[in-house]
Amino acid sequence: MNTLRLALRNLLRNRRRSLMTLFAMVIGAVTILLFGGYARNITYGLQTGYVRRSGHLQIQHKDYFLYGSGNPAAFGIVHYQHVMDVVAHDPVLAPMLRVVTPTLSLGGIAGNFAASVSRTVVGTGVVVESQNRMVQWNDYHLPFEIRPVALSGTPDDAVIVGIGVARVLQLCKALDVPNCKQPESLPAQGPDTPPDIAALAAEAKPAGTTSGGEPRIELLAANVHGAPNVASLRVFKAVTQGIKEFDDIYVGLHLVQAQRLVYGADPPQATAVVLQLEHTNQIPAARARLQELLATTLKDEPLEIQDFEVLNPFYGQANNLFAAIFGFMALLIGAIVLFTVSNTMSMAVVERTTEIGTLRAVGLRRSGVRRLFVCEGALLGLIGALAGVALALILAWLVNHSGLTWLPPGQVDPTPLTVRVWGEMRLITGCALGLIVVASLSAWWPARRAARMNIVDALRHV
Amino acid sequence: MQPVVLSRVSKTYHLDAVDVPALVDVDLEIRPNCFTVVSGPSGSGKSTLLNMIGCIDQPDQGEVFVAGEAVRKLSDDALSDFRARHIGFIFQSFNLLPVLTVFENVEYPLLLARVPAAERKQRVDSLLEAVGLADRAGNVPGQLSGGQRQRVAIARALAPAPSFVMADEPTANLDSQTGAAIIELMRRMQRERAVSFVFSSHDPKVLAAADDAVMIRDGRIEKVERRTPPAGTPA
Repeated sequence: MNTLRLALRNLLRNRRRSLMTLFAMVIGAVTILLFGGYARNITYGLQTGYVRRSGHLQIQHKDYFLYGSGNPAAFGIVHYQHVMDVVAHDPVLAPMLRVVTPTLSLGGIAGNFAASVSRTVVGTGVVVESQNRMVQWNDYHLPFEIRPVALSGTPDDAVIVGIGVARVLQLCKALDVPNCKQPESLPAQGPDTPPDIAALAAEAKPAGTTSGGEPRIELLAANVHGAPNVASLRVFKAVTQGIKEFDDIYVGLHLVQAQRLVYGADPPQATAVVLQLEHTNQIPAARARLQELLATTLKDEPLEIQDFEVLNPFYGQANNLFAAIFGFMALLIGAIVLFTVSNTMSMAVVERTTEIGTLRAVGLRRSGVRRLFVCEGALLGLIGALAGVALALILAWLVNHSGLTWLPPGQVDPTPLTVRVWGEMRLITGCALGLIVVASLSAWWPARRAARMNIVDALRHV
Repeated sequence: MQPVVLSRVSKTYHLDAVDVPALVDVDLEIRPNCFTVVSGPSGSGKSTLLNMIGCIDQPDQGEVFVAGEAVRKLSDDALSDFRARHIGFIFQSFNLLPVLTVFENVEYPLLLARVPAAERKQRVDSLLEAVGLADRAGNVPGQLSGGQRQRVAIARALAPAPSFVMADEPTANLDSQTGAAIIELMRRMQRERAVSFVFSSHDPKVLAAADDAVMIRDGRIEKVERRTPPAGTPA
């Protein structure tokens, strides 16, 4: 009769009490696992969104991230094609890479002069084929709908704009943007237009639409020499970005068009070389290799590497928020389990006082008594953890197959509500081990009390 | 086998603000291989004396020698091991572990003494046979009568082949017929296994069966009757 078997039989002695204790632990385990699975799903969802949009790593001109945003002239990567070639053909990096593609960000003013409206925007020039490959990245097998980027199949002078940009530039009707009401015309502010300018405006071709009825905007940006440059671009679509601040400034355009606007006849540059890896956990290895390359083969140009977490601070903030909520919940549940098991074990010690005296009299050491009660607590924890994990897996399966949808932060379309418990070994083992440890610790104090009992007093206990 | 010797043993219990002397300056020798009964009125110190001899309580003053060892010098763990090897216990309320079967209850002290599995089985089977409970080995105590439970307790006490067995009023919770049978069984086991039995009891039948009778009153030894010659002496 080893301690474990004796502990198990003792637990079965007062089944109702043991069941109630287990019930509390199972509820706790299920809560932790379901919330953990839900939070994990959000983390993976956010990560997938960011990695699809901006890759895992970006090679940028040194200090571009801190000082160069919107200033591609000063912070462009001159030999970006060479950088891409070196990276793509590196024997260490190549097996990890899915996509290597350049992007060019620029700040400018988009105007719809037919409506006499304009606003500042941030344009992003991309290679459409590469972006289409990037949006297929789904390392966590999330049930997101994969759609090609809106610029697919469009000519070089095509752009897409955020809903906010379309709204301000009064393109909603032309672009068939739903739920986008045009404002009532406001009285003109300021002094009257000088007569010569008014005459010029009257002569100008009405902007905002082409003769074929296509909506157009004029995009004004500073070129590499600091002079203003304007491109007349066809707006193909207004696309929601999920976050209003992005919607209000976003203009997506083809890389060649963006380069033409900024660099004109000069050699084109890019503000970032985007690297999308096969798996997120390859980031440290890829980054280490890139650092080597930047220090050797690519040392002629001042470059640095940023990962998607740095580029998208909201990812870390959201994770920290969920980690804080998860930690608070786990602490609360741990405290409940602690007191429940402690109470159960204390009652067991009182009920079995005579038995403790008998065991000590026949030769069981104090440590043996302590071990017996701690073992009972640990067994309660183990059984509670196993039952909790099993129930959480069942409930997660039911939720995942319920067809419920929700709109995750930063997403545009509703996605199926899923709770990721199955396969999350760190979450499951962490929760199970945590419960076992807490249950064992809860039993420690009553066990210590039992072990320190005076044998004679214990034998006299009625 | 060596006698149990108590030398100038005193023990006082402190109940609230009152000091209750349970044993006062007790000198006593328990002969080996004898059936010794400690008798006296309630509160006379019988149980305290047995607790001292059984090494589950320590004197305030004096020394107790069991199997040649001064037990006061032993640490708690050493004392636990000492009890597991040298002393068996029979309790008034049997004190069997309710979650263990008869076999497992008898086997338990052997596990504490780290006796190998094959020897454990052989010794437990033999003891259960001797106390007439071989057919109840798989039962739990709740399925046994009082007399049967006390037989299991006797088998458990004898399992580690102790130097002596302590029995605190072992027949108090039994009817007279069963009590007599238990006394008879213990007497037989004491003779067959050459082990000392030390009882506390008011029961005249137990007193009548004793080799030595120790009378105690107010914590002092009033009289010691040696009714049989020392072991090894021709009758």
